[in-house]
Amino acid sequence: MAVQVVFRNRFLPYLLVAPQAAVTLVFFFWPAAQGMRQSLLREDAFGLSTEFVGLDNYVEALTDPRYLDTFLRSVAMSALVAFLSMSTALLLAAMADRAVRGGRAYRTLLIWPYAVAPALAGVLWFLMFNPTIGVVGVGLNRMGIAWNPYLDGAQAFVLVTVAASWKQVSYNFVFFLAGLQAIPAALIEAAAIDGASPFRRFWTIVFPLLAPTSFFLLVVNVVYAFFETFAVIHATTQGGPGGATETLVYKVFNDGFIGLDLGGSAAQSAVLMAIVAALTVAQFRLLDRKAGA
Amino acid sequence: MVENRPFLGLIRHTVLIAGVLLLALPVWLAFVASTQEGGRLLSGDVTLWPSGHFLQTYGAVLFEGMRSAGVPPVGRMMLNSLAMAVLIAVGKIAISLLSAFAIVYFRFPLRKTIFWMIFLTLMLPVEVRIVPTFQVVAGLGLLDSTAGLVLPLIASATATFLFRQFFLSVPPELAEAARIDGAGPMRFFADILVPLSRTNIAALFVILFIYGWNQYLWPFIATTDEAHYTVVMGIQRMVAVPDSEPIWNLVMATAILGMLPPVAVVVAMQKLFVKGLVDSEK
Repeated sequence: MAVQVVFRNRFLPYLLVAPQAAVTLVFFFWPAAQGMRQSLLREDAFGLSTEFVGLDNYVEALTDPRYLDTFLRSVAMSALVAFLSMSTALLLAAMADRAVRGGRAYRTLLIWPYAVAPALAGVLWFLMFNPTIGVVGVGLNRMGIAWNPYLDGAQAFVLVTVAASWKQVSYNFVFFLAGLQAIPAALIEAAAIDGASPFRRFWTIVFPLLAPTSFFLLVVNVVYAFFETFAVIHATTQGGPGGATETLVYKVFNDGFIGLDLGGSAAQSAVLMAIVAALTVAQFRLLDRKAGA
Repeated sequence: MVENRPFLGLIRHTVLIAGVLLLALPVWLAFVASTQEGGRLLSGDVTLWPSGHFLQTYGAVLFEGMRSAGVPPVGRMMLNSLAMAVLIAVGKIAISLLSAFAIVYFRFPLRKTIFWMIFLTLMLPVEVRIVPTFQVVAGLGLLDSTAGLVLPLIASATATFLFRQFFLSVPPELAEAARIDGAGPMRFFADILVPLSRTNIAALFVILFIYGWNQYLWPFIATTDEAHYTVVMGIQRMVAVPDSEPIWNLVMATAILGMLPPVAVVVAMQKLFVKGLVDSEK
């Protein structure tokens, strides 16, 4: 990573990194350290006294059966969002690849949802799934399926998952398309000459070659589903009904800001931080592999 | 095209059109809802075509907002969103250009430490440090201010790494030539490095503008004064009205207006957008 020509100056480099370093220290590391400290403390209900409780907050948070439920729910949501948005995006990218008439127009019409804020995506689907005025909700009820995400937890979960997946299709589409276009045409042509059908060519050549892209997207999608779904949930179901759409991030927010259990919330934050760290490391490992290939 | 199979072409177009329609459907229905009269929406007959109340609804939302729910005019909230998005994008780009320049072109004792410090911010998204960050910003007296909205989001490992990567690909002869001609480091930075980074800066700006505009959790927590609401978080106050049904036509008009600027940016600058998206993940 070394560039040969280097400027010599004793103070300038510090001046140059000062703004970034200052923001990082004040708004990232200082709060993170405070969070760690809070996770070891307990405050009484009036905030008058605090005592050191060691790892009690962690033990309490992790042994709470609701926490386990929330954890499993978050994992299920991530898996579903990743699967739905990635499979849809792969199908669309495979169709939009190569010389298809109107390719540019299709691409434009498939990537714009990336720009829609998760909160707004949630609101759009909230309306569609509304049992009395939404097209899908009313349709389902007319078909005899009792549909009401306000009351039914599983249906609220579907609402959040679908809204989050809808928004993510575009992102995955961009990367799958880039991955497809990086595959040499000669490979496909050779297989075609050997008589392999388009379907066979896709599964035996294209799909395996997309593996690095797919793994990378899987990590990104899991991170997205863990964190960005907060806005979808908060703007629509608010974690309800009965906690059916509460995710790990939502619980941190809810326990900290609404429940005012700062220690418990901070302990959960620390656990989340560990999850993000693991995912970030996984992402960088994958990228190294991709760069080396 | 490897071979000519008309049937396959038909399948391609069918799938693509289905995908386009599926992605557009929620927005179309939101638009339809936003053009209905408020009362008619609640009566329960579902329509798929817009009706004539476009101007009334959008006029009301843009210039009046929803006072009963404590929501300021959407026009006002959009200006706040614009300010936040531009400041976050420009701020992230500026401080990342400077720190990448220092890391690539200088050797100084804390260089490695700073590099890892920036890297570690990737592991601290707002959602994870939300309560203590709120306390820090409150302690600095920055709640309900533009600085408080922008500063906690402005550090950027992604942008720093992107510029670092780009600077490493710039031929070292350029810096050498500049030095021989007597140009100092800042002169080299401003007259050569930044102009060379033009395309990267533009691509990153597109991505970061969308990122900034779409922020939800932080503006929600850092603003209590309606005057500072942004449109993406403000809509929540219209949806979560206690004990009554949201006024859907106003909510949907707000949603459409709130997604218009970033969507327009993506459509207008598609090439830069794709470049920015793919580059910033490297």
